[in-house]
Amino acid sequence: MKQPINILIVGVGGQGTLFAGKVIGSVAERCGFDVKQSEVHGMAQRGGSVVTYVRFGNNVVSPLVEKGEADIIVAFEQLEALRWSEYLKPAGTIIVNELKISPMPVITGAAQYPDNIFARLEQAGVSTIRVNAGQLAADSGNPKALNIVLLGLLAKRLPVARELWDAAISEVGPAQSRAANLLAFDKGWTF
Amino acid sequence: MRKLLTGNEAIARGAYEAGVRVACAYPGTPSTEILENIAQYSEIDSQWSTNEKVSVEVAQGACFAGARVLVAMKHVGVNVAADPLFTLGYNGVNGGFIFVSADDPGMHSSQNEQDNRYYAKFMKTVLLEPSDSQEAKELVGQGLEISEQFDTPVLLRTTTRISHSKSLVSLSPRQEIPLKPYEKNPVKNFVMPAHQRIKRPGIEDRLQRLAKYADTFPGNRVEEGGAEFAVITSGPGYLYAKEALGDRATYLKLTMTWPLPAGLIRDFIDKHGKVYLVEEGEPFLEEQINALGLSVIGKELFPRIGELSAAIVREKLLGTALQRLTVDCSAVPGRPPVLCAGCPHRGVFAMVAKSADIVTSDIGCYSLGFMSPLNVGDTCIDMGASIPNALGFAKVLPDRKIVATIGDSTFLHSGITGLIDLVYNQGAVTVVILDNRITGMTGHQQNPASGFDIHGKPAPQVDLEQIVRACGITSLWTVDAYDLAQTNAALQAALASGGPAVVIARRPCILIQRNVVREPLEIAADLCKRCKACLKVGCPAIEFAGGVVRIDSVMCTGCGVCRQVCKFGAMRKAGGAQ
Ligand SMILES: Cc1ncc(C[n+]2csc(CCOP(=O)(O)OP(=O)(O)O)c2C)c(N)n1
Repeated sequence: MKQPINILIVGVGGQGTLFAGKVIGSVAERCGFDVKQSEVHGMAQRGGSVVTYVRFGNNVVSPLVEKGEADIIVAFEQLEALRWSEYLKPAGTIIVNELKISPMPVITGAAQYPDNIFARLEQAGVSTIRVNAGQLAADSGNPKALNIVLLGLLAKRLPVARELWDAAISEVGPAQSRAANLLAFDKGWTF
Repeated sequence: MRKLLTGNEAIARGAYEAGVRVACAYPGTPSTEILENIAQYSEIDSQWSTNEKVSVEVAQGACFAGARVLVAMKHVGVNVAADPLFTLGYNGVNGGFIFVSADDPGMHSSQNEQDNRYYAKFMKTVLLEPSDSQEAKELVGQGLEISEQFDTPVLLRTTTRISHSKSLVSLSPRQEIPLKPYEKNPVKNFVMPAHQRIKRPGIEDRLQRLAKYADTFPGNRVEEGGAEFAVITSGPGYLYAKEALGDRATYLKLTMTWPLPAGLIRDFIDKHGKVYLVEEGEPFLEEQINALGLSVIGKELFPRIGELSAAIVREKLLGTALQRLTVDCSAVPGRPPVLCAGCPHRGVFAMVAKSADIVTSDIGCYSLGFMSPLNVGDTCIDMGASIPNALGFAKVLPDRKIVATIGDSTFLHSGITGLIDLVYNQGAVTVVILDNRITGMTGHQQNPASGFDIHGKPAPQVDLEQIVRACGITSLWTVDAYDLAQTNAALQAALASGGPAVVIARRPCILIQRNVVREPLEIAADLCKRCKACLKVGCPAIEFAGGVVRIDSVMCTGCGVCRQVCKFGAMRKAGGAQ
């Protein structure tokens, strides 16, 4: 891979985006790729908008993905999908979890949650994959594993064999949730 | 073996490999994970300190005693620790001394954007700037070598993107460095003016020797490439320049940037003529290079505010930009950080809002009490400022009801001296200590009030009430932060006391209260009058949508704050029980 693959994982602080980033990093390492990753800690994790950047390939220089550079964005929440959509390459794909989490300005009535997010993405010609990851996680028997379901959807679209993902999930996650995590991952992979 | 590590993890690994024996820190984003990771190495005696100054002084003692030491802090922490650090430059070291300043360009989690590279020059010490995790790890060992060889403290300066980005790092085993023998040496370690005058010329001499060394330092190197551009760069700037320009440029990549490697820079500029300087933040290198009588193209092209990026370098040097989609992102509401559902600070702020005219706040999760809809807080400056700020207000506006709010960790960091000052000078101020039993904002580090040490082992717990009393406070109330009536009554009484008073609002952070049974609430639709009083406490679990108020049962912790502000008794335990 001459050009690195650029991924953005976006969501709301506390949704488990960091775990997904860790698994991708571990997989890229297993493949022998150069890999760089960047994430924001601290204040934003208190329910703010969060992003993890992951890049892997033969040679990666900057740990950041810029606007217009992402091959794939995984959005754990609809509004965050819209907020970060301009990071996508024109030919990129965005995976959007249908979940809506109202930010405080919406809760207090100072702002409105846009009701046409998918329409806006479509209008801009964004290749969008829409999924109810919460439902799939519940179907897998583990309603909290929404992040791993989304990881499954992403993984399916990357040039990495399934076994490597399973191995990375087993390594990064706690041993006692291994089986449940793999079931959730499969829901995303086969979506 | 190679491992994917953040810059902070790599620095911890570097400390381990380089034989560091003592490591201290006070938490602060983006530096916190350095000590969290060092604490996992049993070979290193690591500790959370009450503040940065203390952490430096503990490490100094260990360094005088002969051990290699590391101290880590966020950029503003260096301000707090500046006093011992400046003088350490005179004393020099016994075991190697390295301190990490993690700067935050772009202010992701900070109150200012200060570029701490200037401290290296001001302190007459050594500056090392890594660009990735491998360099960060190596510079710890190299920095300690320099420290011991030149008898100087060394500053390792990262930024958020270096500290919180992961890249591959090759690991090596730990080097066991024997303790340097300790001998009493007053001229070196006891700062009588007469002793300092003896040492003063040696500092200038040391800087000259270090400057020569900087020219030969292996991390200062020319990377030959294309002839289109010649670029001098350091730290994160190197990544962005290389990402944007790739092989089209030849680079002088600098890693030890103070004292300046003047010979290398002069040669590079002589050879290439037109040279760009890609440095993030202030024109630190540019000013020093200009002082040599050399010119580079730096801040006339690149911003000094915020973070640099490959996009900026591309735009300024190539005049191009990446192709982008245009998505309609109009009216996308922001998503500011919020107090968590169940946060014990929420109810306290709701009550402070009712009784105070002016609220001086401080730095921590509780700064978020300022956000809408609570909107509590007139000022917030730096750690520990809340109480002295309030005293100043009270002097000028004696008719106002003035409240200072401060967290437990912040109170121990630098609030106690302010409280003594308040009592001593008899200001009519009510201080609310928001005691959530943890250092919350930076990700739940233990502190002397939490009862645990950096390893999570039980530790002596300071008694905040006793400290407050010992400062001379006689009007003192301790309340349960979840009990709004009790909190309100204490606040009213404290403000009515007409003198310095303290209310300790105690309740552990909801994120560490893992053993508590949580019983989410729901809203009885028949009782709810849609008055929206509950929405005014700003809980992310409560929402008004489609004409009804709803509680998110997954997020709700059952803290009961909303239930206490509801006049109609419409909140009940989920499932219908009262
Ligand atoms: C001098 C300095 N050191 C460190 C920090 C980083 N910092 C910001 S808030 C905070 C912790 C506050 O903890 P506490 O006072 O207990 O309040 P909580 O977040 O738990 O509500 C720290 C360490 C800082 N801003 N300034």
